[in-house]
Amino acid sequence: MTTRTADRGPQTTAHRSPTTDRLSEAQPLRSAVRGLRSDYDVESIRRDFPILARSVHGRKLVYLDNAATTQKPQAVIDRLVRYYSEENSNVHRGVHYLSEVATSEYEAARTTVKRFLNARDEKEIVFTRGTTESINLVSQAWGRANVGEGDEVLITAIEHHSNIVPWQLLCGEKHAQLRIAPVNDAGEVMLDQFANLLTPRTKIVAVGHASNALGTINPIRQMIALAHANGSLILIDGAQGVPHLPIDVQELDCDFYAFSGHKVYGPTGIGVLYGKQPILDAMPPWQGGGDMILSVTFEKTTYNALPYKFEAGTPNISGVLGLAAALDYVSTAGIEKIGAHEHDLLVYATGRLVEIPGLRIIGTAAEKASVISFTLEGVHPHDIGTILDQEGVAIRTGHHCAQPLMMRFNVPATSRASFGMYNTREEVDALIAGLKRVIEVFR
Amino acid sequence: MSDLRELYQQVILDHNKNPRNFRELPDATTKVEGFNPLCGDHYTVFLKIDGDVIRDVSFIGSGCAISKASASVMSATVKGKTRQEAEVLFDTFHKLVTGETHVSDDLGRFAPFAGVAEFPTRVKCAILAWHTLRSALEGEKQAVSTE
Repeated sequence: MTTRTADRGPQTTAHRSPTTDRLSEAQPLRSAVRGLRSDYDVESIRRDFPILARSVHGRKLVYLDNAATTQKPQAVIDRLVRYYSEENSNVHRGVHYLSEVATSEYEAARTTVKRFLNARDEKEIVFTRGTTESINLVSQAWGRANVGEGDEVLITAIEHHSNIVPWQLLCGEKHAQLRIAPVNDAGEVMLDQFANLLTPRTKIVAVGHASNALGTINPIRQMIALAHANGSLILIDGAQGVPHLPIDVQELDCDFYAFSGHKVYGPTGIGVLYGKQPILDAMPPWQGGGDMILSVTFEKTTYNALPYKFEAGTPNISGVLGLAAALDYVSTAGIEKIGAHEHDLLVYATGRLVEIPGLRIIGTAAEKASVISFTLEGVHPHDIGTILDQEGVAIRTGHHCAQPLMMRFNVPATSRASFGMYNTREEVDALIAGLKRVIEVFR
Repeated sequence: MSDLRELYQQVILDHNKNPRNFRELPDATTKVEGFNPLCGDHYTVFLKIDGDVIRDVSFIGSGCAISKASASVMSATVKGKTRQEAEVLFDTFHKLVTGETHVSDDLGRFAPFAGVAEFPTRVKCAILAWHTLRSALEGEKQAVSTE
């Protein structure tokens, strides 16, 4: 297997589709990075993920639902166990030994996240329950203070519900307008139309780094520049960006960046909101409670400094530690190498899928994360999902929490295979074999 | 694979390809929408009720093979039945797909759906049209959801 990984180059070329040719042109960086793949040992990585050894319905598990959630390496599992076995205590409160240990580990984890995103300061890293909560924090704490009647919020047509509904709630409450930048038939946001939708009333832009439903990677650099030139803030929903792409928030210059731990090999229930310090400082607190205060009387409460102002209540301490362990794991493997490995799987799978008669790939953007949405003529995605499951192949079927996007492409639902750092070409082959079984059953 | 063949029996695949009563009913006395938000199944069931009797029934919409075949069989079995008879059929079907009863000779057209009980995530697909029927009979105007 390792040997095959090393000499994949010519095979990749053989399976290239027009889409992928455009991709390599559009992204010279990624092409250059491909050369790194030779020392990416996927079999060794697989051994770090205990769940990959299990079987499902008597078949070897082939987990291709990474855009929904990723599996966890032993290092993350061990970190949770170590915390609860040896360190469990509340943070920022006790003077006793365990509380000191827990607090210091908790804050060290914040530094790990700061480094991973290349933020300026730990104060800019707020722990949340996940991307959804991060976006809600911004839409409510920042939005309620800064968006008024007649103002506008701009999102795109490929957003996940979690980057639509919080803004709808805000706009409904403030009588503001939610504007939607459209996508072309490939599933790419049309930048000229996006630019045209920026008006003097646009207070904030909120866009996904990559689409969970189609895989499209948004041109966020241009979007950030356009938003800032217009005097608007911009939030990046990085739920599908962080697992696949190197992130440097200073270089990106985005105002907010949100992501979830569980999509980057960490635990569920933990996420991050990065925000530029002056913006976070100026924001009112969101949830009230312990930890977010300096002093409380019944007349007046003084709020704590950043980032604690936004971390009311006892946080998800084990989740934070697990997230840091996951980011360390990813950093050790190398996010560029992971991205290159996944890109190889994307190209290989795309090439094999389009050979299946009646199969249509939804989302053919020039720049894609390792997500492939497709439909198969005459077979509903739910039936595909059940049959693949019997073969041990786990994929997602449905609307992928992006119903407006499904409407845009005139499909009620799709099947979606999404690849992670531990997937292999053999697993893509298992998907293809499973789809052939689907066609057999429905013939 | 044997389990799969249990689920995707030929009868179910046939109903999926050529669903019975798959049309709008212009003179319907009631119509109700049913959703399965999990997988995007979406049907509208039309009923023409005359006193206590379901004179005609039809449906339109889209969804997986299990949901469409079930809607097709539902439409074929309740046509001409009284409200009470339809309610009994609902119960029989519900018990079958949730595994409360096992296949027996008197299940007739429902028998091919016995395999659904082995696939818990698919029970909602099988039961969607029946829930929609029940809401229509109860005079509900709101769309039903199996979530």
